[in-house]
Amino acid sequence: MTNSIDGIEKSNCIFIIGSNTTANHPLVSRRVMRAKEKGAKLIVADPRGIQLSRFADVAIRHKLGSDVALLNGMMHIIIKNGWHDKDYISKRTEGYEEFAAEIEKATPEITALATGVSEEDLYRMAEAYGTAGAASLLYAMGITQHVTGVDNVKSCCNLAMLCGNVGIPGGGVNPLRGQNNVQGACDMGGLPNVFTGYQPVTDEKARAKFSEAWGCTLNEKPGMTITDMIPGILEGKIKGLYVIGENPKLSDPDWNHLNHALQELEFLVVQDLFLSETAQVADVVFSAAALAEKEGTVTNTERRCMKYDQAIPPLGDTLPDWDIIARLGTAMGYPMHYKNTEEIFDELTALTPSYAGMTYKRLGYDGLQWPCPSEDHPGTVYMHKDTFSRGLGKFHAVAYQLPAEQPDTEYPFSLTTGRMFAHFHTGTMTRVSPHLDIEQEDGYVEINPRDARKMDVKEGELLTICSRRGELDVPARLTTSVEPGTLFLPIHFGENAANILTSSEAFDPLAKIPEFKVSAVSVKKYKVEAPAEAQVEAEVEAVS
Amino acid sequence: MKCTFVPSICSYCGTGCGVLFETIDGKLISTIPMKSHPVSGGKLCIKGWNLHEHINSPMRLKKPLVKTFGRFINTSWDEAIQITADRFKDIIEKYGPDSIGVLVSAKMSNEENYLAQKLARAVFGTNNVDHCARL
Repeated sequence: MTNSIDGIEKSNCIFIIGSNTTANHPLVSRRVMRAKEKGAKLIVADPRGIQLSRFADVAIRHKLGSDVALLNGMMHIIIKNGWHDKDYISKRTEGYEEFAAEIEKATPEITALATGVSEEDLYRMAEAYGTAGAASLLYAMGITQHVTGVDNVKSCCNLAMLCGNVGIPGGGVNPLRGQNNVQGACDMGGLPNVFTGYQPVTDEKARAKFSEAWGCTLNEKPGMTITDMIPGILEGKIKGLYVIGENPKLSDPDWNHLNHALQELEFLVVQDLFLSETAQVADVVFSAAALAEKEGTVTNTERRCMKYDQAIPPLGDTLPDWDIIARLGTAMGYPMHYKNTEEIFDELTALTPSYAGMTYKRLGYDGLQWPCPSEDHPGTVYMHKDTFSRGLGKFHAVAYQLPAEQPDTEYPFSLTTGRMFAHFHTGTMTRVSPHLDIEQEDGYVEINPRDARKMDVKEGELLTICSRRGELDVPARLTTSVEPGTLFLPIHFGENAANILTSSEAFDPLAKIPEFKVSAVSVKKYKVEAPAEAQVEAEVEAVS
Repeated sequence: MKCTFVPSICSYCGTGCGVLFETIDGKLISTIPMKSHPVSGGKLCIKGWNLHEHINSPMRLKKPLVKTFGRFINTSWDEAIQITADRFKDIIEKYGPDSIGVLVSAKMSNEENYLAQKLARAVFGTNNVDHCARL
């Protein structure tokens, strides 16, 4: 987030696109509701009808994957009506001319056709955002998990800059991050191309700095992303894999493909709280201590680095993750000896400019928001106040592209995926929590009652869903929150894993993020088909 | 009887709500919201209120495991670490450092992520480091 969570309340208009905020970030949606109580306008754009749609001043359901078209269309109307911030554009940005030429093409007629949103609604959205003053844009995986993920994000940034909403309180481009420390994992260099604080591994100076601190020479070739590693295994490039606190068998885009790949590995070690689907196929499993059993820091979606304390001793023979990693490093011949996590924190802040001013003592229990470059720096509540990181903000001319898969005669439905309120990601944590499990014990797929009626399917009856990758059977849930021709499958349930259907080949060329949000599928009512006589005979023979 | 309230941060989504873990005689009993927290201001969602439940789950792994002839057996930390170190050393020797991949975790702390990518880069010698930010 360029701005802060409590800053949402200062906003005059909140535009939510591709985020089911009440289900997935409930305490962010609370700020949205409070802003609304104070008189802010709320715009919700989501292919599904979500809870916040009901409270919105303008709520639209655009076609899956038509985000760029929608945003371009909004900007077209904003420019035509002169609601854009000309002063901000001339002083703080570049590339406007080329961008405006692209936007010129996105007329309301064309946009309405591409997105399925009426011209009146488009106008109302553009007016609400364009004339608000400080307007905050919130998005989540509904924007990023597309083949055009980067384009979608660029379009969001274009819109915010067009109306002068970056670098002001109550404004901003605010991605809501899905995991508690996904921001921290990125900040700490958990990416193939950068060290901590986004210092590139290809940069000689950065390499020299880390090389000196760590006392070793460093590889200058950027590594593989997770979406490259899996095919890399099948091509024989990756032989050993160390998976920490992750369950790629459910979270990766193509189950069949991944399953095959994991079998090809010479050595797989998994570190987790539970014997997850992925841990079950490992050669070695490290039993890790849980949150309450250790101390450390995490960084949330608004860049706030916060400290957590140890409440109870680690269960049985488990160890904190840092201790396991340090022991492994030491056993590999590189001594890693730390008394506690504070020693590690001090080492990493010395190497990371945006964290340089942080210490455990300074963090307290409220934390500090990076950039926090020095001990006397109070942290940064909202970013890009006077200047962007690169100097001038750059407008990108982005043309609309269709998703990788379009419905056709063989696969006439569009499938999208996401989370529901009681569960989290692959369900390893929530499905073992009795009070959460009881809210939703089994998987389901949402289907429009019109489609269900045509197939003579009632609530709870099994549907067979097929894509080009695989097929699964899952109980139907009838709801008008999905449009006819669209299905929604939550990702939490291993017994009907969404990634049996999704594709590992459709991903954004730059970000390598898979297109989980759009797949073409076919749906039919589940039928038990009697096996052929010969097969029955063979099976009887086998057991007798 | 000894009762404590220990500050922590909810480990579900990226919002980062402040919680207090309640312990009685060393046992984790409940999760309650931290009233003064700048993000959540004394509120939690259903997942946050039940944060302690997955930690207390009987399904938790209690010991490191090694697979022998297709079955997991309990082992000691020294053995689990040594086997892993030896296998990784073998693979690096045979195929080079870029034949290893490390998936760090959006569920670990900053310190642990820092250490994991340091392990990959300084010890294994590869930049094949990623995590589930894209998923």
